[in-house]
Amino acid sequence: MQIQVTVNGKKHTSEVEPRTLLVQYVREVLELTGTNIGCDTSSCGACSLHIDGEAVKSCTVLAVQADGANITTIEGMAAADGTLHPMQQAFMENHGLQCGYCTPGMVMAATSLLKEIPNPTEEEVRIGLEGNLCRCTGYHNIVKAVLAAAGK
Amino acid sequence: MIPAAFDYVRASSAAEAISLIGQHGSDAKFLAGGHSLLPLMKLRLVAPSVLVDVGRITDLSYIKDAGDHIAIGAMTRHMDVEKSAVLAQHAPLLAHAAGYVGDPQVRHRGTIGGSIAHADPASDLPATTLALGATYVVQGPNGTREIPASSFFHGFLQSDLAEDEMLTEIRVPKMNGAGWSFQKFNRRAQDWAIVGVAAWRGSHGSGVALVNMGQTPILASAVSKALAGGASIADAAALAADDAEPSPDNNASVEYRTHLAKVLVRRALEQASA
Repeated sequence: MQIQVTVNGKKHTSEVEPRTLLVQYVREVLELTGTNIGCDTSSCGACSLHIDGEAVKSCTVLAVQADGANITTIEGMAAADGTLHPMQQAFMENHGLQCGYCTPGMVMAATSLLKEIPNPTEEEVRIGLEGNLCRCTGYHNIVKAVLAAAGK
Repeated sequence: MIPAAFDYVRASSAAEAISLIGQHGSDAKFLAGGHSLLPLMKLRLVAPSVLVDVGRITDLSYIKDAGDHIAIGAMTRHMDVEKSAVLAQHAPLLAHAAGYVGDPQVRHRGTIGGSIAHADPASDLPATTLALGATYVVQGPNGTREIPASSFFHGFLQSDLAEDEMLTEIRVPKMNGAGWSFQKFNRRAQDWAIVGVAAWRGSHGSGVALVNMGQTPILASAVSKALAGGASIADAAALAADDAEPSPDNNASVEYRTHLAKVLVRRALEQASA
């Protein structure tokens, strides 16, 4: 089936099998490999990206369901000149990552959260990121980074 | 994990969806947000030959004040139920419980109709709408019918829906200021409840339903009956598992689930009566 999507501002028309997962499409067809596959069961959040501005788990969305959508992946967060998105900058400054595997998903979930709750409390950040697992940091600096980004 | 191959068709109205599912027969399935169905397909526990995508039927995404009840379109997403000002005013228990489904990413995609039609006894919204005395409106080739939540759930993932019927609307009676509580006991964020309780109590009675205490969501009728007869919260809560038939799993034995149900119903009634 033919789908048309806008990914990080660029239009793509592709022929996909209906069973193609959105994460598979983004990684394997568009070769945007910043979006990671972690658990593959909509638990860990590593595959989070934005559909029309909202974070979703792309391992549990079919590419055909995203037909017509505006998609943003981690590759689309920094400005064209390479200036990091404030959330990326905040993760860097607050050491919000160690191995980095969960980071793209964390950044996408956190930016979606700030759209819904622009000035969250620490508790709201922790609850808002419940769909994203990190096995390194103990979350402490991730929460700090999101609060720092909210202040900007 | 990739699902087995299937054909994909898209419906733009409930009538078109019902006609498509009729054409494709018993192997076809409706796809709404996909957050119950796609995980099962990825594990190849189900392998429908055709998916009829109903997720784009925007006419079925609404939350309306309809006088004595609130009417919710089946394709309304959990996030929209959670944030609804109309529900916050008239059925706060449902809005609150919707905020416990999965996590924010799941709530951006999953729909209330999809969750109820899936009929998973471990899900939060089937039990919550059951506690609230909701009515489900379903549409089939010969028109619509209304099914009380109390007779909708037949067994594990089994409901009163015929193969060519689609859940289109959930009607939730207004709570009229009744006290309420939602208790979800689990060990990790975003997990299903080991046991959950949705409860309300007002001048006109009470409603208590249990999550994950049997093959279907369970209406704890014995609790409401005891309260109506003047029993104390503690005495009524002791009857929490009387209507349930819990199964053991990795998380809990039957005895533990039964104990949890009694404790959580007591807490829920205390909170709802405060």
